[in-house]
Amino acid sequence: MNRIPILKLGHLLLVSIQVDMHDRMALALQEDLAERISQTGARGVLIDISGLEFIDSFIGRMLSDIAGIARVLDAETVVVGMRPVVAITLVDLGLTLPGVRTALTVERGMAMLPPPTADEDLGDDEEAEDAGGR
Amino acid sequence: MRRRRTLAADEGLPLRNDEDVVRARHRVRELAQHAGLRLVDQTKFVTAVSELARNTIIHGGGGRLHAGLLQDGARQGVYARFEDDGPGIPDIQMALTDGFSTGTGLGLGFGGARRLVNEFEAKPNPTGGTIVRVATWR
Repeated sequence: MNRIPILKLGHLLLVSIQVDMHDRMALALQEDLAERISQTGARGVLIDISGLEFIDSFIGRMLSDIAGIARVLDAETVVVGMRPVVAITLVDLGLTLPGVRTALTVERGMAMLPPPTADEDLGDDEEAEDAGGR
Repeated sequence: MRRRRTLAADEGLPLRNDEDVVRARHRVRELAQHAGLRLVDQTKFVTAVSELARNTIIHGGGGRLHAGLLQDGARQGVYARFEDDGPGIPDIQMALTDGFSTGTGLGLGFGGARRLVNEFEAKPNPTGGTIVRVATWR
């Protein structure tokens, strides 16, 4: 099964969903992301959904759950890049994405997340970083 | 009463697992584009189909999707018909109520899907299970 890649961008994690996910793939992303937050100590997660042509209730719930899981792991989540037609459809469908913060662009989303702290600049969690990252 | 024609009837797409839901989305996206639906209506239709296809699998125990084009004079549209193998829905009106769910709490049930399409019909299948049919016009 294909997995959605999770990139470490400084003190943040970045996920860009570019494919039409089936349900197990969405659940795998949830698990992978929880694991990476815990591993890296990331304080912020950016999820770029500009590649998604629609959001149904399953994907909507997955996004809400990711935000909830991240919060419990002391990280904030911002979902960015929602297409206008997707927003219209979501509202008609009756999905409210509880607990999910959204921003129009990656830049605005990054501004909503916590800045790097001094100890993160020292990279004290780099040892936990997987070797493939560098 | 205008006469409607149903075009491009197909052999149907099985709905058994979550990859079939993805196939269903792609199939109706193509049809919706072919029917000339506006992007927002395409998106709504595909989203409704995604919800209903998942319903068919989770609550209906699997089934089939038949989808095709509609023609009404110069007007074109697209339809999708879901036939499940399940026990049938005891109270279809109740199932259309927002927030109603029999299962895992996944999905928004029929209510959400109904708001995304022009036509929505749910009825018992004479051979068992439920038939749900949706359509959207250009």
